[in-house]
Amino acid sequence: MSVLLDIADVAKRFPVSGGAGRLTRLKRRISGGPENLPKVHAVDDVSFVIGKGETVGLVGESGCGKSTLVRALTRLIDVSDGSIKLGGRELALKPARVFARDRDRARIQMVFQDAGDSINPRFTAFAAIADPLRRLRGLRGEALRHRVETVADQCGLPLQLLTRFPHQLSGGQRARVGIARAIAVEPDLLVLDEPTAALDVSVQVVILQLLQRLRQESGMSYLFVSHDLSVVRLLCDRVLVMYLGKIVESGPAGQVFEHPLHPYTQALVAAVPRLHDTTAKRLRLSGEPMSPIDPDANVCRFYGRCPRGTELCKTAMPTLRRLGAREVACHFAEDYLPQAQIAS
Amino acid sequence: MTPALAVEGLSVEFRTRSGVVRALDNVSFSVGKGETIALVGESGSGKSVTAYAVMGILDPAGRVTTGRAMLGDLDLLSATPGEFAEVRGRKMAMIFQNPRTALNPIRPVGRQIGDVLIRHGNVSRRAAPAQAVEMLRAVGITDPARRARAYPFEMSGGMCQRVMIAIALAAKPSLLIADEPTTGLDVTTQAVIMDLVSDLAKELGMATIFITHDLALAGQRAARIVVMHAGHVVESTPTGELFANPRHPYTAELIAATPDSAQNLDELAAIRGALPDLRRADLPPCRYSERCPRKIAACAQPLPQAAPGTVHFTACWNPMTERAAIAPKVSAA
Repeated sequence: MSVLLDIADVAKRFPVSGGAGRLTRLKRRISGGPENLPKVHAVDDVSFVIGKGETVGLVGESGCGKSTLVRALTRLIDVSDGSIKLGGRELALKPARVFARDRDRARIQMVFQDAGDSINPRFTAFAAIADPLRRLRGLRGEALRHRVETVADQCGLPLQLLTRFPHQLSGGQRARVGIARAIAVEPDLLVLDEPTAALDVSVQVVILQLLQRLRQESGMSYLFVSHDLSVVRLLCDRVLVMYLGKIVESGPAGQVFEHPLHPYTQALVAAVPRLHDTTAKRLRLSGEPMSPIDPDANVCRFYGRCPRGTELCKTAMPTLRRLGAREVACHFAEDYLPQAQIAS
Repeated sequence: MTPALAVEGLSVEFRTRSGVVRALDNVSFSVGKGETIALVGESGSGKSVTAYAVMGILDPAGRVTTGRAMLGDLDLLSATPGEFAEVRGRKMAMIFQNPRTALNPIRPVGRQIGDVLIRHGNVSRRAAPAQAVEMLRAVGITDPARRARAYPFEMSGGMCQRVMIAIALAAKPSLLIADEPTTGLDVTTQAVIMDLVSDLAKELGMATIFITHDLALAGQRAARIVVMHAGHVVESTPTGELFANPRHPYTAELIAATPDSAQNLDELAAIRGALPDLRRADLPPCRYSERCPRKIAACAQPLPQAAPGTVHFTACWNPMTERAAIAPKVSAA
C-alpha cells in the first residue's frame, strides 16, 4: 500500500498565561515574548502514516489532543514542529492562511462533529455543498449545479432537500450535507471528527454504511476520530490510541481491541459497555490526567493513573516500540502480550 | 413489596404553535426499593419527558392529561407545589445530563451542596460546609476541602458530574433519577461515574431510574429495562431476557442497530422509517406500526395492557416468539 499522508514528529504547543496577573504577563511579554510563557503540550512528537485507501481510527479521551492533531494535519492551524507530507509534498511549512488557497487544499477535507453547528445557518444545503466547489474548483453555473446534485445523490440526500436550510433538516440529513460538502472536491484524505456522535443509533448505522460505501467507490483514505470504540472497531483497519498528546498504542483495530497492550488502552477497552457481556469489568482509572502544561519530559504521561506505575516510569519516558504488527509506548508492554503472540 | 415509584397510565401533551404534541401516552412502569431500572429509547421517545413529569419540572407548555405516579402514598402528578417541595431533594432527586449547565456557575460547589443539606438534610448552617466537604469526599473527589471552594468552570466534566451526584444524594433520597448522567463524558470517566452511582445506590438502598440511549450501558447497569418509542412503553423486562429474547420488533431492531452487536458494518441493520409526527390526529394505536415489519390486521386495535405481575411485558399484537431475526453474535474481546 502506498503512503498517502506521512506525519513525523508533529508537535503543537500553545502558550498560556498560567493564571498570572496582568502586570506579570506584561513583564513577561517585554522580557522575552511568548517563548518564555509556559506551554500546553497539546500534541507532542506524533508520527504516523496513512496509506492510500486505508481507514485509520484515532481514539482517546477529551483533552488528549485528538482535535489539535486533526486541525494541524488538515492544515487549519500551524504546527510548532514536525513535518506533514501529503503524497511526498511537505505541507507543514506553509502557513495555514496560505494553505487555504493551495492546490492541495482540496486533497484534505474534513467532516466536523456536529453538522448542525458546522454548516452556515444562512446557507441552504445546496450553497453549503457548492461553496468548496466554487472556491477550490472554480465551478460556476450549470457545471456547479450538476456536481452538487451528483454528490448529494451519492450521499443519499434527496435533491428536493437541497433548497432547505440546516434547521429544516433532520440530524441524519445534516450529517449527509456535511459529508457531501467534504467529498464534493474529491479529496484523497477525509478526516472525520466524531461524525455520528450527535446521532441516534438507528441513524448512525445508515451514516456509517454510507461512509463505507463512499470509501469503496472512491478509494479515499479516512482518518476517523472518535471516542466510540465499538464504531471504530467496525469501520477502521488500523487504530491509533492517544493519551495526553502522545500516541501510546497503534496497530490493527482487531488486535488492539482484543488484546490491548498499553495499560491505558486496556482501561479504555474495559470501560466500553458491551451488549452481550453485562458484567461491568473492574478495571478503572483513578484520578485525573496530569497537567499538559510543560510536563516533565522524563516521566511517562500516564504515570499516576497507571495501575502499574514503577520507578522506571518516573525516570524514563517510554517511546513507541514495535511489537509484531503494533507499536506500544510502555516499558512493560511485553508482559501484556498473550502467550501465543510472543512465540510467533 | 411496594415499589419506590409506580407510574401508571401517564400521558403528557405539549401545546405548540403547530398543534398538540402527544409526547407520552399511557406510560406505566415501576421501580422497586433498591432496584435499578433503565428507560431506553432514541431521541424523541419520551424518556426525559417521563422523568420531568415525575419530578414536576415539565415545561409550562406541557400538561399531564392522565395518570398517577405514586411515591409512597403521594401521587406526584396531582401534588401541590408545597408537597413537591417537601419530597423533591429529600425523597427523590435527579442528576441531569450536562453537569456544567445544571450547576450554578457563580457559586462554589461546596456551597451548592451545603444549600441542599440545609434545606433538606436537617443540617445547621454552621455544620453545612464541613458536611459538604464530606459529601465531596464520598463521591471520590481528591482534596475535597480545596475543591469545595472551586467554581464549576474550574473542574473537569467528570468532577462536575461527581458534584451533581453529591448534591442529588445530599439528603439521602429513596429515589434517584439519572437522565443520561454520562453522555458527553469519556468512556473511562463514564465507567467510574456509573460505578459511583451504583455503589452509592446500593449503600443507601436507593431506587434508581437510569435514562439512556445506550442499550449496552443500560444492560450493564440495570436489572430491568423499559424500552420506549414515540411516547409508548413498547417492552419492559429483566435485562438478560431483553437481550436474549427481545419480543417487540422495535427492541429487536434497536439491538441489531447497536454497533457492538456486529462483527462488521454490513451486519448492522438500520431501523426503517422515522418516528411518527406526534401532532397527528390519526396516530395509530401502535405508534410503531407504520415502521413495523411484522404489522398485522390486529395492530389497528388498542395496544395490549400489562396484566398485574407481568414480568415480560410487550406492547405488541404480533410479538417475536424467539430470537429468530437476530442471531446472537459473539462479540470480540
